[in-house]
Amino acid sequence: MKTLRDTWLVFQRHLLLMARSPLSIVLGVAQPVVYLALFAPLLKPALASMGAGSMTDAYRIYVPGMLVALALGGGLYVGFGLLAELSSGVIERARVTPVSRVALLLGRALRDVVTLVIQAGIIIVLSMPLGLFVRIPDLLLAYVLLALITLGSASISYGIALKVSDPTVLGQLVNNLAQPLMLLSGTLLPLALAPLWLQRAADWNPFSWAVVGMRELFAGHTGDPAVWQSITLMAAVALLALTWSARLFARSVR
Amino acid sequence: MIETRGLRKSFQTGRRRKTATVDAVAGLDLTVAKGEIFGFLGPNGAGKTTTLRMLATLVRPDGGEAVIAGADLRTQQAEVRRNIGYIAQDGGTADDVTAREELVMQARMHGIGKAEAQSRAVAALDAFDLTEYADRNCRTYSGGQRRRVDIALGVIHRPKVLFLDEPTSGLDPQSRSHLWDEIRRLRSEGMTVFLTTHYLDEADALCDRIAIIDGGGTVAEGTPAALKRSIAGEVVTVGVTDAEVAAKASEVLAGQECVRSAELREDGGLRLSVDVGETAMPQIMRALADAGIELATIELHRPTLDDVFLAKTGRSLRES
Ligand SMILES: Nc1ncnc2c1ncn2[C@@H]1O[C@H](COP(=O)(O)OP(=O)(O)OP(=O)(O)O)[C@@H](O)[C@H]1O
Ligand SMILES: [Mg+2]
Repeated sequence: MKTLRDTWLVFQRHLLLMARSPLSIVLGVAQPVVYLALFAPLLKPALASMGAGSMTDAYRIYVPGMLVALALGGGLYVGFGLLAELSSGVIERARVTPVSRVALLLGRALRDVVTLVIQAGIIIVLSMPLGLFVRIPDLLLAYVLLALITLGSASISYGIALKVSDPTVLGQLVNNLAQPLMLLSGTLLPLALAPLWLQRAADWNPFSWAVVGMRELFAGHTGDPAVWQSITLMAAVALLALTWSARLFARSVR
Repeated sequence: MIETRGLRKSFQTGRRRKTATVDAVAGLDLTVAKGEIFGFLGPNGAGKTTTLRMLATLVRPDGGEAVIAGADLRTQQAEVRRNIGYIAQDGGTADDVTAREELVMQARMHGIGKAEAQSRAVAALDAFDLTEYADRNCRTYSGGQRRRVDIALGVIHRPKVLFLDEPTSGLDPQSRSHLWDEIRRLRSEGMTVFLTTHYLDEADALCDRIAIIDGGGTVAEGTPAALKRSIAGEVVTVGVTDAEVAAKASEVLAGQECVRSAELREDGGLRLSVDVGETAMPQIMRALADAGIELATIELHRPTLDDVFLAKTGRSLRES
């Protein structure tokens, strides 16, 4: 109960901070929007192998992948904010209060989810004129999936940040982690183009499953097993990552 | 209110093979009474911050024990946190948040309800003369304003004990004396204040009692006045017209009750050790007048806390 209340408190605070610098949210979607305009047309011939006959089809395949990439990539970089706050003394001030330690982390991660929800909204709206179409129930499920992915990737980032406690090292680690995870999930380049061994390797990447689930949702196949499978998988990943980073956090900041 | 016994903390520094152990705090015994301003005076790296962080539950001690406001530091951390406020050496306010928002948030983190938190924030802003800047981002505050926000944050939940790490470092004289007044006001409200400083005048003027710390341990403890008295007593220097007169004066004064010892200096002056300068000076002057000796100069020198530090460690605090 106290943890919930404290989480809400910390969440509100970070929401306030986020509202103070809306530019960072907008800048966060700048790259995906550029990709949307420039990359997707380039990929149309490649996406044909996945059943895209027209530009509209290409976007329906491309946008879900990009949303997963955004949730994954965006989440992995949130550790920098934590490091900045650790060095500014704000967290230390919180530590001397009886506020729940888990809440300090969970509240932030939920803020990251909100950031993503807004960013994903921008992208989806921008893609509508390009032929993207999604029904409301599917969209809601897609948001659940995205929220879980962000919860997972943000927690991983916080965990790494606490482990290395150096922004430079964090940056390199995150880059090295994000690249293969994205490539091996077919978010930006479809895996259908990849050699078989690479496709098999991708099966081991949970985020690859998330991309498949996401594409089914945007194709309107709500009942496809890939949907519930990906949501279950992402929930498990989020839970594991959250537990890991929350324990690290509680231990390192007591 | 605070009692520590044998408190220890060491840090491992360096990498891999070249590690070294720094004994930041090495067996600290302290007693701080309720309602006093206790000062921890020491040079850079003496272990002041480390001690405070241990007492504020931020760093786990390697050994020893401490009881703060009746709660055991090792086993009752939650209880300790409820009773203390801690203000870090470098403060801790977010740049893009206003003082009012920070105060409300801090109160809420202490479990205080929303309405109560807001009214406490208003009261704190008023008490610390911050109302004028209350709705400006902390980024825009001056050093002194920011420090007042830090302290207001530290006491928003009305703790019994307040830990203040270098409250006035880097402030101009006016802001410093302003802050001293705030700290005295907190004491008058019954709060126990434990502060660190490396300013001699701050320890002297503000603190009821001080401990001098060097190299992780205390070298002296007591009221500033008693510490100063403990080393040398006070010194009166008397100047007369020539060496012959000085010798005669020395004879006369050595017989005086208030003079502990008299010593002839090379420049023809006289150095007299006395217990209490204010009362000794008129007696000295009278004795010399009675003996028909004309006095050229008379000067009182009181030992400073730096003299205490010098006497205990062989170094001057000003230089270290
Ligand atoms: N995290 C740490 N790792 C390694 N050494 C540390 C750490 N924290 C403190 N020390 C060392 O412990 C000693 C005491 O440090 P501390 O910060 O307590 O000093 P201080 O009295 O507060 O000094 P200052 O007046 O400069 O603030 C120093 O030698 C310092 O280098
Ligand atoms: Mg210090």
